[in-house]
Amino acid sequence: MKADSDLFEFLLRMGDNTLVLGHRVSEWCGHSPVLEEDIALANVALDLIGQTRMWLDFAGDVEGKGRDADALAFRRDVWDFRNILLVERPNGNFGDTLMRQFLFDAWYHAILSRLAGSSDDRIAAIAAKAVKEAAYHLERSADLVVRLGDGTTESHAKMQAALDDFWPYTGEMFAADTIDTSLTSRGVIPNLAEVRDEWDETVNRVLADATLEIPDGTYQHKGGKQGTHTEHLGHILTEMQFLQRAYPDASW
Amino acid sequence: MMQKHKPSTEQIREWLDAVPDPEIPVISLVDLGVIRDIEWQGDRLRVTVTPTYSGCPATGIINLDIETALRDRGIRNIEIVKTLSPAWTTDWISEKGREKMLAYGVVPPQTGTACTSNSPAPEVKCPRCNSENTKLVSQFGSTPCKSSYCCKECLEPFDYFKCI
Repeated sequence: MKADSDLFEFLLRMGDNTLVLGHRVSEWCGHSPVLEEDIALANVALDLIGQTRMWLDFAGDVEGKGRDADALAFRRDVWDFRNILLVERPNGNFGDTLMRQFLFDAWYHAILSRLAGSSDDRIAAIAAKAVKEAAYHLERSADLVVRLGDGTTESHAKMQAALDDFWPYTGEMFAADTIDTSLTSRGVIPNLAEVRDEWDETVNRVLADATLEIPDGTYQHKGGKQGTHTEHLGHILTEMQFLQRAYPDASW
Repeated sequence: MMQKHKPSTEQIREWLDAVPDPEIPVISLVDLGVIRDIEWQGDRLRVTVTPTYSGCPATGIINLDIETALRDRGIRNIEIVKTLSPAWTTDWISEKGREKMLAYGVVPPQTGTACTSNSPAPEVKCPRCNSENTKLVSQFGSTPCKSSYCCKECLEPFDYFKCI
């Protein structure tokens, strides 16, 4: 059924975003500048991966082919992933990671708070749970973007460079395709333009406090939501999927 | 037959009130507010559990501990069901649980203040010297549910069970 395949695609987009970003953030474990930040990053990664299980288990149920969250996470190749390109960008320095996190958190919190009122009960339940966790993520990443942006000359320069680097990857979050518009008309997901309004408001306010300037360019990368990825995703999957590829069905 | 009669759900709740939370063992699973429903469906006991945080690694242990505790009481036919809605909130932590948590050195969450990104920082008193002169070190502490604080009077670091 067409309607189900739209829902399946949307759930993959949500689950793949949290899975890939969760994995990226977990790469910091043991490498952060200070212990508290190491713990915070690991906790954020844990929340995101926990949410991935809820999104991808639901995706598997909608698909109806017996795939659960593990099967979807570990046994799909790059072209079957539906995450936005922003979340597969490499971690860079600590400021890069925080800027990527902030741009994502501002979107994720805005869409989750609306998905909590979805016409689909299970999406509403997942979103109502996840939005409470995302509120803490956004509070933290926004706070650090301001501290580092409005910090020393060096930290300011690094945060501006991070913003310039990631900005062309933000448009994809709001670029509605036929899957999005169909689900919006069914009341399953919000209108992405509304999500953009809230995101703009949050991002403009925080970046102004951080004394950072939004870059001029209008070019925006896209394709991740439809399965066209950058080279980085393959490298992530190589590491993340190794065990299930080498030892299929291995369990803890 | 393992039992002559089915224990009441009140009795079962009492048994589960003796099962410690894996992370903060001074409080029980009932104190934590994760046991949402206990119901007999014929000969099968159905326990409905809600996770605290989405990614909390204790969730699997909690289910195992529930099953073990009930089996020890002679209940064999157990179904543990996960529910997401309504989402768990720290407001469900019992008064008894909050007192025990504080005595253990973890400051309990403030009731009715589930976090929003714009909520003001709560006033958190030091669990050791009771001073209000404390500082938030990080929103994310030793587990996802706690944030790290430091007392500026007695200089002790401590955990605050944050509102969600």
